Amino acid sequence: MDIQVENITKRFGYQKAVDNVSFQVKTGEILGFLGPNGAGKSTTMRAITCYLSPNEGDIKVGGYSIHEYPEKIKKIIGYLPESNPLYQDMPVIDHLKFIASLHGIEKSKIIPRIQEMVKTCGLEGEKHKKIRELSRGYKQRVGLAQALIHDPQVLVLDEPTSGLDPNQIIEIRELIREIGREKTVLLSSHILAEVEATCDRILIINKGKIVADGTSSDLRKKAQNKEILRVTIEEAEKNTIYKALQALPNTDLVDIISQSGNTFEVQSKPNMSLRKDVFKLCVDKGWILTELTPTETKLEDVFRELTMN
Amino acid sequence: MTIIWIITRRELKSFFDSLLAYIFIIAFLGFTGLLTWIIGRTVFMMQEASLQQFFGVAYWSLFFFIPALAMKLLAEERGNGTLELILTKPVSDIQLVSGKFLAILILVLLSLVLTLPYYITVAKIGPIDHGATIMGYLGLILMSGAYISIGVFASSLTNNQIVAFLLALFIGIFFHLLFGFISQYFPGFIGNTLSYLSLSNHYESIIRGVVDTKDLIYFLSIIALGLFGAEQVIAKRNITN
Repeated sequence: MDIQVENITKRFGYQKAVDNVSFQVKTGEILGFLGPNGAGKSTTMRAITCYLSPNEGDIKVGGYSIHEYPEKIKKIIGYLPESNPLYQDMPVIDHLKFIASLHGIEKSKIIPRIQEMVKTCGLEGEKHKKIRELSRGYKQRVGLAQALIHDPQVLVLDEPTSGLDPNQIIEIRELIREIGREKTVLLSSHILAEVEATCDRILIINKGKIVADGTSSDLRKKAQNKEILRVTIEEAEKNTIYKALQALPNTDLVDIISQSGNTFEVQSKPNMSLRKDVFKLCVDKGWILTELTPTETKLEDVFRELTMN
Repeated sequence: MTIIWIITRRELKSFFDSLLAYIFIIAFLGFTGLLTWIIGRTVFMMQEASLQQFFGVAYWSLFFFIPALAMKLLAEERGNGTLELILTKPVSDIQLVSGKFLAILILVLLSLVLTLPYYITVAKIGPIDHGATIMGYLGLILMSGAYISIGVFASSLTNNQIVAFLLALFIGIFFHLLFGFISQYFPGFIGNTLSYLSLSNHYESIIRGVVDTKDLIYFLSIIALGLFGAEQVIAKRNITN
């Protein structure tokens, strides 16, 4: 089941939280939704899950429009909201039973299904506790369990791993990847490494608009027109090297990285290469070059570049 | 219908788990019991086998108790954000609102059922007017429905339960007292309209044993209006966080 978002705009007062956004998520794809706080990620997800209705545009989930068949869409989607709201007074098992019965799961199948979810989400020891008594990580697991309980075709997860410990994060990521093989998954996060590790495709949204769309290597290539080198030179005075590197015609920026050794980070001007120049410089001056490493552009840099302005 | 019932069941369970339901039932029975049998103008002083005294007390105590029960219904869900959780499940706005309404109605019905021993006792003492008594109960049920509906509406407007409680009382007092009171000072059309709006007039005409369709329509339309209003407010989704 695909998700098709077509030109949606959502206004809160005069402010546009989401501004003419369109994208598609295909079956078997995990789409990562990235963006700074307040970029419109949650609003878009709330529109997809039929909680908010966009002012303009349409969203189709499995061919059903949110304006015409919200009840059908709600059945297809498993949703974990951002702040993970749960009925705090209910025991874990009762909460899951309640959600399962709302989804119309047959009575005889509810209990085995809950046992399965409890196992998958690692809630075995906590299942009889009231949700109020659980730690944040366990609450998050209950949130995931309730989103997955009806074996949904489409999964919308708003920051699914927040509050989990590293082991749990890895488990949940694996779970999401497994689900993502057959189903449609849209997840938001502001942890870039997570999106990179989990998602097939990344969508970066800023101020309500989509600023980038592609696989993580696509996005990296986009920002990779500059060359960044890590350079260590010995047998010379720091300031002299700094000035010499700065004076190279293709250099854009030089950073001193370590205070003790002479390690620098040199950034080239767009579409220029520096490696040969640095080597020649050392040969000319008689310095010893002990390190010359090209640094790969990190997704963080791409993200910063696209969202800081 | 099953969805509404699932919501009602959860709501009822949370009322009993939090002891609120027991407190309400005990307070209601204690209050009506005391004033019907022990203190003030009791059944015994009336020299007549009738539950009129009980209906009078219940009429006022439900007026105060119902807003207290209803205040958390939607205000709590709004405050905790669980509104988002439940409305992204296959639940429509009106199903949620109706489920909540039904939960309190069942709670009130339960407490009224528990007053049946009053009825039986009085019936043993002397010749009771069964018709009037049944009408009395019907009147209480219809009145409760109206106030629950107003309570649900008030609760949909705010995240704060105390505000919801006071708001429900504020709206309620117009129907309970003020419309009837003010109508006396206005002749003609305005007076008639206000007097028709007064809940106590309709309640009294029912417990007198006359069920007019006009009265039934009145109560049912207040219930419908309150639930519809709550649905409209919920549908707007005033997101505060």
